[in-house]
Amino acid sequence: MKKLINSLIVLALVGTAISCSNSESGGKSNKGALASSAAEKVYVAPGEHDEFYAFMSGGYSGNLTVYGLPSGRMFKEIPVFSQFPTSGYGYSEETKPMLNTSFGFVPWDDAHHPDISQTNGELDGRWIFINGNNTPRIARISLTTFETEEIIEVPNSAGNHSSSFITENTEYVVAGTRFSVPIPQKDMPIKDYKSNFKGSLSFISVDPEHGHMDIKFQLMMPGFNYDLSHPGRDKSHGWFFFTTYNTEEANSLLEVNASQNDKDFIAAVNWKKIEEYVNNGGGTMMPANYAHNVYDESTHTATTTMKKEVLTVDPLKVPGAVYFLPTPKSPHGCDVDPSGQYIIGNGKLSADLTVHSFDKMIAAIEAEKFDGEAYGIPILKFEDVLAGTVKSGGLGPLHTEFDGKGNAYTTFFISSEVVKWKLGTWEVIDRKPTYYSVGHLMIPGGNSRKPFGKYVVAMNKITKDRYLPVGPEMEHSAQIYDISGEKMELIYDFPTHGEPHYAAGCPAELLKNNAKKIYRLDENKHPYAITSPDQAKVERKGNEVHIYMSTIRSHFTPDNIEGVKVGDKVYFHITNHEQDFDVPHGFSMIGQNSSELLIMPGQTKTNTWEPKKVGVWPFYCTDFCSALHQEMQGYIRVSPADSDIELSWSLGED
Amino acid sequence: MKNAGIIMIVGSLLLLGLFQFPLWTIMLGAPQYPEPLGMHIFVNGIRGVSEFDVQNINGLNHYIGMKVLPTADEMWEFQAFPKILIAIVSLGVIIGILMAMKKISHNWALIWFVAMSILGILGMYDFNLWMYDYGTNLDPNAIMKLMDADGNPMTYKPPLFGFQKLLNFDVESLPNVGAYMMFVGMSLTVLAFFVGRKSATTT
Ligand SMILES: [Cu+2]
Repeated sequence: MKKLINSLIVLALVGTAISCSNSESGGKSNKGALASSAAEKVYVAPGEHDEFYAFMSGGYSGNLTVYGLPSGRMFKEIPVFSQFPTSGYGYSEETKPMLNTSFGFVPWDDAHHPDISQTNGELDGRWIFINGNNTPRIARISLTTFETEEIIEVPNSAGNHSSSFITENTEYVVAGTRFSVPIPQKDMPIKDYKSNFKGSLSFISVDPEHGHMDIKFQLMMPGFNYDLSHPGRDKSHGWFFFTTYNTEEANSLLEVNASQNDKDFIAAVNWKKIEEYVNNGGGTMMPANYAHNVYDESTHTATTTMKKEVLTVDPLKVPGAVYFLPTPKSPHGCDVDPSGQYIIGNGKLSADLTVHSFDKMIAAIEAEKFDGEAYGIPILKFEDVLAGTVKSGGLGPLHTEFDGKGNAYTTFFISSEVVKWKLGTWEVIDRKPTYYSVGHLMIPGGNSRKPFGKYVVAMNKITKDRYLPVGPEMEHSAQIYDISGEKMELIYDFPTHGEPHYAAGCPAELLKNNAKKIYRLDENKHPYAITSPDQAKVERKGNEVHIYMSTIRSHFTPDNIEGVKVGDKVYFHITNHEQDFDVPHGFSMIGQNSSELLIMPGQTKTNTWEPKKVGVWPFYCTDFCSALHQEMQGYIRVSPADSDIELSWSLGED
Repeated sequence: MKNAGIIMIVGSLLLLGLFQFPLWTIMLGAPQYPEPLGMHIFVNGIRGVSEFDVQNINGLNHYIGMKVLPTADEMWEFQAFPKILIAIVSLGVIIGILMAMKKISHNWALIWFVAMSILGILGMYDFNLWMYDYGTNLDPNAIMKLMDADGNPMTYKPPLFGFQKLLNFDVESLPNVGAYMMFVGMSLTVLAFFVGRKSATTT
């Protein structure tokens, strides 16, 4: 017995020794502190993981791309508003409804501002939202599957730009219009814009459990251009701030005519007050027509519902709901610091930043110190709400983010730089050039109560000579700065896909353990799914032929099909029977006027083929799934339209 | 003698852990499986370490012509072993009670231990036979028919104990908690014998 105890002790010691040596090898990343070179700061060794996720909007790609920080490596492009032949998104029968709008099927958009869901003002990693700018839409993307789950069209909006920003408990995702338009739309002379057009600000509620979106109300504002917005947070939670330009209400040559007023406004909206008004039956229900597209993970299928009305609110009917804060020089970005105290107007035609104080704003409202009104909405006195001005020395400020340590970082498009300055004292601490003409910048969590102020990513609009030349059209360029010290340090430069306008980042730990690896086959509720290969079949309904097919390494079931005729419409309903991580199968059919399908384990996807020629036509798996991938293929025999060959199907028979 | 009886009872009961914890675990790691696949061998069946591991092991093995892993009702062992185990545990507990009541000699603890050891060795032998069949009785129409360095058809018997390289897989076969509990339990029955003998000689 003593021997046994001794040997158990030895075993225990061996165990400790092993775990010690593990922790030693895990500590090697600290080496960077000894020789702090830029290369070491961005180097993520093969097989190791980045510290942060960065979700960058794709701009005119219509999609969202996922990167790692600090490596700048791209992990995934998530199709959102654009058809994506890689996976079949927007081509497959299941996902075509995602791109439905009141204008019909719109297979593209201009994706701008991603924002991660929050709880108590901190990133919670459930969903990420992004706006479609061109045909106004808001999308919600799951952060477990990293797939688009929902898209809601925004009626009465045009140029959905001051979007999609969320309140600190994800109560609302907010979408403001950039272009004012006649509401409701009507045939009228363009020159009658002034005082006839309206700008809608939409507050879209988010169901806390499923994330489902629903337009709670639209605030019908004067016909300005609502450029960008951000929620109040902490002390200013319950308010939302929108920058405006073209308060001149010009309808032509805006570059001159919308730049005449010395000051435009930041609109401060007390949404809690309006919410209360609406909950008590306030507002006017207005006829509308807009699409609500929801993807169901269990059926792997999206459905479109056309909504027929929307609740509108006249701001004048809710006293105390909206105020205008005069802000110089056509402000672009509208940013709120982590404490909720400072509202920063980035006057894009000036050198200076205007910072408003939330406390001063409340005091001025309570004292009713107004400086006139615009369309009945009280204008506060500039001097009464001003907290300070940052004399930056730069030109063309656009956007500001925060590090959570009392500093702010502002991009300057014209002078092409990032400027670090101190909240409260307004002094400039540091400035670093960007390459070139930076638009947005992003600090992970920089748009929340709790930023992770280690890196800032600058997203530039002009690339020119930064990379090997590839002709006139190039990807945009991003730069990563280490902001852990007093001075910023440029540590990396990488090309980005599409045109990232804004990005949202979060610590890797928030998401990496929740990411789905497979879809469970036993939870697949797709009406055309088969859960076992012996359910494979082919059915004819008039000229529609439905093929219920399954895939597993390395064959399709069935792989020989006869009895299809010219003029038929063939539906391939393919279920991937793998339940193993990262084993998708692809499917493509010769001459298909569509895209391939890439089917994840446990998933069912459908696409169609209309055979036009008699013959024997092959299909194959497009994903190099296994050593026998090249063998993963099959044939369909297509007979003349008047043929009487019966449908038949088989696998492995002679 | 009372202590010896209690130790005997505790030792026997520890074998019940085999119903809750795997006896043996075989892990299969490969370049494309950084998180290895694995199977737990319980007295009443084989289960995946992760939910779909058995299915995925079967899927991979079909390339080299290995049979699918047996389900619980496809092997008589998985029916018989639980019953044998219940019987032997009950016997051990009864021996313990009788020892505590000084109705029987401490030698019964040793007899139980020897009987259990013989059964255990037989079990291991049977298990190894199955693994041999599993690794060598291959489908003649297998997709990949590989030869070893000597030109003989490759076989894929997992090791009974320890590590082995099989094609792209690193196979590791080790006892798990169930086996450790059995080991401790059986050691306790030996201890029961010695404690019983000591109290027999001192009184
Ligand atoms: Cu395949």
